[in-house]
Amino acid sequence: MADRRDVDEATNTRTTGHEWDGIKELDTPMPRWWLWSFYATIVWGVIYMILMPAWPLVSGATPGLLGYSSRGAVERDIAEAEAVNAPLDAQLMSVDIASIAEDPDMLRYAIAGGGAVFRNNCSQCHGAGGQGALGGYPNLVDDDWLWGGTTEEIYQTVTHGIRYEADPDTRFSQMPAFGDILEADEIAGLAEYVLSLSGADHDADLAAAHQQTFIDNCSACHGEDGTGMRDQGAPSLADGIWLYGGDRDTIVATITDARYGIMPAFQNRLTDAEIRKVAVYVHGLGGGE
Amino acid sequence: MTSTSETPPPLFAAREPIFPRRVSGKFRTLKWWILGVTLAIYYITPWIRWDRGPSLPDQAVLVDLANRRFYFFFIEIWPQEFYFVAGLLIMAGLGLFLFTSALGRVWCGYTCPQTVWTDLFILVERWIEGDRNARVRLWNAPWDTKKIRLRATKWGVWLLIAVATGGAWVFYFADAPTLLGEILTGRAPAVAYLSVATLTATTFTFGGFMREQVCIYMCPWPRIQGAMMDEQTLTVAYRDWRGEPRGKHRKAAGAEQLGDCIDCNACVNVCPMGIDIRDGQQLACITCALCIDACDDVMEKVNKPRGLIDYITLADGERERAGGQDAPVWKQILRPRVILYFVLWSAIGLGLLAALFLRTDVAFSIEPVRNPVNVVLSDGSVRNAYELRLRNMTGFDRAFRLSVESPDPVALTLEGVEGLDVSVPADATYRQRVYLTAPPGSAAGAGALTDLDLVLEDTNTGQVVREGTVFHGTGE
Repeated sequence: MADRRDVDEATNTRTTGHEWDGIKELDTPMPRWWLWSFYATIVWGVIYMILMPAWPLVSGATPGLLGYSSRGAVERDIAEAEAVNAPLDAQLMSVDIASIAEDPDMLRYAIAGGGAVFRNNCSQCHGAGGQGALGGYPNLVDDDWLWGGTTEEIYQTVTHGIRYEADPDTRFSQMPAFGDILEADEIAGLAEYVLSLSGADHDADLAAAHQQTFIDNCSACHGEDGTGMRDQGAPSLADGIWLYGGDRDTIVATITDARYGIMPAFQNRLTDAEIRKVAVYVHGLGGGE
Repeated sequence: MTSTSETPPPLFAAREPIFPRRVSGKFRTLKWWILGVTLAIYYITPWIRWDRGPSLPDQAVLVDLANRRFYFFFIEIWPQEFYFVAGLLIMAGLGLFLFTSALGRVWCGYTCPQTVWTDLFILVERWIEGDRNARVRLWNAPWDTKKIRLRATKWGVWLLIAVATGGAWVFYFADAPTLLGEILTGRAPAVAYLSVATLTATTFTFGGFMREQVCIYMCPWPRIQGAMMDEQTLTVAYRDWRGEPRGKHRKAAGAEQLGDCIDCNACVNVCPMGIDIRDGQQLACITCALCIDACDDVMEKVNKPRGLIDYITLADGERERAGGQDAPVWKQILRPRVILYFVLWSAIGLGLLAALFLRTDVAFSIEPVRNPVNVVLSDGSVRNAYELRLRNMTGFDRAFRLSVESPDPVALTLEGVEGLDVSVPADATYRQRVYLTAPPGSAAGAGALTDLDLVLEDTNTGQVVREGTVFHGTGE
């Protein structure tokens, strides 16, 4: 134990007795107000433990007299946000869906809200940017639409879904599997004709030979020129955009087995205001008509 | 160098009360002026008006947190220009270094708010309770009606100053006349009352009761200054080689042996920090120079030369002790270290000024949409989307026309807007999704990256701002 009674003469202050290389540590007394500040923090801590959730128990913690909880705070924040949005939603519902875009404030609100709805409900299939995916998930950013790209048509699609049997108003069409109807060489020739429609590499003779096959079997839905038919959700075969792929093998497979996608109806999952918002959002991604 | 004592030292010590005596002299006069000017700036600034047009606030200095704007007379800072504030803070830091290496703790002694407000509180204390001797008597007096009356008056005036101090602070963050009305009628936001209450409490305790304790125990700056000062730094010092041995009895035998210090304790009595400068340089000394004024006054009366306590450097002290002369003051100040600090400090200042006058009053940024980077349209053309952000940093509405300058032709279209004209309201940010479309088979569409410029032209003034971005083709 060091000698605590040393006093440094230069400052007339006691030292702690600790010494390093001849330098001694002065034992300057702490200011008394500092001690009282310390006691004050202890008192504050006790008061805080009584007022706020503090001591962990078997299930949960002591609730505290003020009844604060972080979950309750989040719920309050959400309720507050909904209360603020309620009049905006009411306004959104009061106008014709096509005219939402005419009011810049409402448009901004719809796009912000619709983006959140899209990321939660649509991006799983259509991608976070709406770019879709090869294999039947349509790209919403381009200018090609199966069932129509106006805000009303998008609203209709989101509300009732596509080939969603639980909804009687769903959009419905079905391409037959031509493997049961046509011979393999007819399907191969048909594929050449389909390739020719969009200007892709093809066998011109085969294509010409099977033009009549196309008119007989396909044009009812895809149109005589192959540009598709919105009422049937029949895609245009004359452009560079393909839902399942535009190479020869994929086209043959599509004709043989037929393919179609299913999109659920969202009218029971989202509020009408949310569907309106997401329709406006999708319309504004670049492909809107 | 050690002796011993029997009783163990106390762990905690009560504050020794300090009763600074009134003093007059050139440094005291300078300090009164600085006190008046700095307090006037602080209290009056929020009330200065500055016309910025109908859609912007007319307060000269305003930190508008809700709308994320900072107004300073003709300057308006937006959040993306926060580097101006960062630059000013760096200048403030370097400025402290600069002044410390040139003039020692001049910040502490003259302009630190703690010093200024403590000075003001001591002034009030003297007006109400009298000078040092009266205050010592009052301190020791029992709590009779007179003492209660004097103390209550003093604390009341302190409280008024503290409320005004806290009150002035909040006026920097909202329109001052409106907020004053709201505060007085109880309609101001809770945070305003909380800020006023907090600053009132700190001003009242720090200025009235903590005083030198703040400097000695709470403030980190004296510790940093201890490392920044050297033997060339001007500081307040006692010429012990001239003053010692000190003695009161000038008529006693052997008086001719005594130095100039008559041990009148004037320097100790006026010190707001409660120290004795004759003990040498010490951490508690804020170099307020009041002891110089007090000692000069006494030296004048006893017909001795002034400057027994003076602004000198430690190196000067050594030279004088050896019988030499002080180095000239300009040599103390124009040292490489000081010059380096000054060059750095002014370089940042000039840089900020240049940035301020070179900035445009309209800014736009283009953010290419990455998800997806491009999309092929039904006719085979390739389209890129961009998020455009236009900031109109003026007080009036403006109309702009967008165009694109690209080595390979691409078409510019705007989401939801016919044509290429947009208008941006005063002091607002306008967001617009824009598209660039490259025709089928074009170099831009089939290539990898094409550098191009978006050009923004003010349709009224012809002012042109351009911003570069890239076009992502389908090629890798």
